Amino acid sequence: MIQVEGITKRYKDTVAVDDLSFEVREGVVTGFLGPNGSGKSTTMRMIMGLDAPDEGSATIDGASYHGLGLPLREVGALLEAKAIHPGRSAFNHLLFLAQTNDIPRQRVSDVLEMVGLSAVANRRVGKFSLGMGQRLGIAAALLGDPPTLLFDEPINGLDPEGILWVRNLLKGLAAEGRTVFVSSHLMSEMALTAEQLVVIGRGRLISSGSVNDFIAESSGQYVRVRSPEAQALEVLLLERGAHVVAEDDGSYSVSGLDAAAIGTVAGDAGLHLHELSPQMASLEEAFMELTRDSVEYRGHDSPHGATNGTPVSTLFPSTHSGK
Amino acid sequence: MSTTLTYTSSDLAPASHARVRTTSALRAEWTKLRSVRSTAWTILALAGITLGVAAIAGSTVSSSWHTMSAFERQTFDPTGLSLRGMLFGQLVIGVLGILVMSAEYSTGTIRSTFMAVPNRSKVMLTKITTMAAVGLIVSEVLSFGAFFLGQSLLASPAPHAALSQPGVLRAVVGGGLVLTVLGLFALGLATIIRHSAAAITTYVGVLLVLPLVVQALPSSISQPVTKYLPFHISDAMTSVTHVLGSGPSLSPWTGFAVLCGYAFVALAVGMWMMVRRDA
Ligand SMILES: Nc1ncnc2c1ncn2[C@@H]1O[C@H](COP(=O)(O)OP(=O)(O)O)[C@@H](O)[C@H]1O
Ligand SMILES: [Mg+2]
Repeated sequence: MIQVEGITKRYKDTVAVDDLSFEVREGVVTGFLGPNGSGKSTTMRMIMGLDAPDEGSATIDGASYHGLGLPLREVGALLEAKAIHPGRSAFNHLLFLAQTNDIPRQRVSDVLEMVGLSAVANRRVGKFSLGMGQRLGIAAALLGDPPTLLFDEPINGLDPEGILWVRNLLKGLAAEGRTVFVSSHLMSEMALTAEQLVVIGRGRLISSGSVNDFIAESSGQYVRVRSPEAQALEVLLLERGAHVVAEDDGSYSVSGLDAAAIGTVAGDAGLHLHELSPQMASLEEAFMELTRDSVEYRGHDSPHGATNGTPVSTLFPSTHSGK
Repeated sequence: MSTTLTYTSSDLAPASHARVRTTSALRAEWTKLRSVRSTAWTILALAGITLGVAAIAGSTVSSSWHTMSAFERQTFDPTGLSLRGMLFGQLVIGVLGILVMSAEYSTGTIRSTFMAVPNRSKVMLTKITTMAAVGLIVSEVLSFGAFFLGQSLLASPAPHAALSQPGVLRAVVGGGLVLTVLGLFALGLATIIRHSAAAITTYVGVLLVLPLVVQALPSSISQPVTKYLPFHISDAMTSVTHVLGSGPSLSPWTGFAVLCGYAFVALAVGMWMMVRRDA
């Protein structure tokens, strides 16, 4: 379990992480979601003992990183920035890491096999593609067979096959009872991998809980209804407290009643339905809804301009995913 | 590159101890050092320069002997001549000492290292130990190699030196020691500066530019300062009959102690910063 308590990190003119607290449980994949520049990588570096927080603390199974005896056997991490010498072979990179924590040499070959890099084990890392580098970083994280794993934007640079592989890997690791904490700025990616979510914006916690709760609380579900007797139906639905919006395409978006209830109302009144489809706001929309304030505000006061001020709507193109 | 394995197996035996052991950290540092090409290249360059200069100097003196003045012949130092290449070697071993540390920072490997060994003092101390051991072996081998090669190419009438003569063994052993300590000084600089190019520039500045700057100062200042410059300390150590430069020199071992002091300060400041700074 990872516990972050009141952690704060300031750089010269930025508060990268601002009094952030959350917990990451074992046995499920927990997504760490936030727009670019929201402080995800900084938080992960602090958990891994690389950056010192100005305030607060982060612990892994109750111990600070510096308190871990053989850390690679407790936690493995794939960080965002490259951490591998291009002139060294993949094997030697993993070998020196293994040696520090008394991990047998055989394990190096094993993890290379797991990530599909056995054939290029002795090739210099500088010749690796982005995706191969990412796989090597994942191999390093798995090296000590640790019960806790952190991945910072692991699908960056991966092809569709690689992305699928990472998703399954993360879920598999969690299914083995491990604590799996994975960051992304892509809501859609988290929807496919994560069960729990920690959402941050401008270094602050916006929401944490299950993915389903997250969608439900941030953006309502609605039902699309088409009917040749729409006006009559609308009256009946309004009587029952539903909220009805007439759309341009002639359909009606109904919220406050689920599809079954609407169907019953129509059936009892003998009204025909041509469409009755439950719609769920996409995760992107839910995410935009939640982070809107933090992002818009940021656009005005950010000293870094475009990078941090990019409106979230351009990062997360709105698409209805009829899920 | 597809793989059907989707998750790890948990067959790793638990460690019987709870801390990163010093021997394990040392083994890892050695793996790091030997697994990049720059190590072999710099050592090869170091060998080329020290042995090459010894060979060239040894073989050319014989032919120019008859044109040398009586004073030059009287103060002729066959040991110092054979070890002349060690002065250039200082630049090369500095590059090795710098790359050992700065390459970790510039490539981000330092983050992998710190995640595996969170005790940064331990990281620094094992790095120093590894660099010291490799530096010492390489430097001593090359110092003795340069001496014997230079002497063997030196033809009479020029006089030869033997290790049994006073000061000769000290100059040969000391030459290797000076090189080792300068490599560690460079390692310390690189830990402070963290960028290869900037660290190399600083190191070369201290070794080569600083003497020129000191020389340009009024002699009332340059006289007492010169003998503390690494270049002069090294020259005093590798010479038996010392005449190079005008001013007074520190005794070889006093100079060596001063040089060790420089390295200690650079390493201590570097270590202090490494522990304090974000990686
Ligand atoms: N070493 C640093 N020095 C100065 N500012 C930094 C540093 N690291 C991160 N920041 C700033 O902190 C904020 C959070 O960055 P980061 O943690 O990388 O966010 P994310 O990973 O969510 O994209 C950004 O505004 C970034 O510019
Ligand atoms: Mg990031």
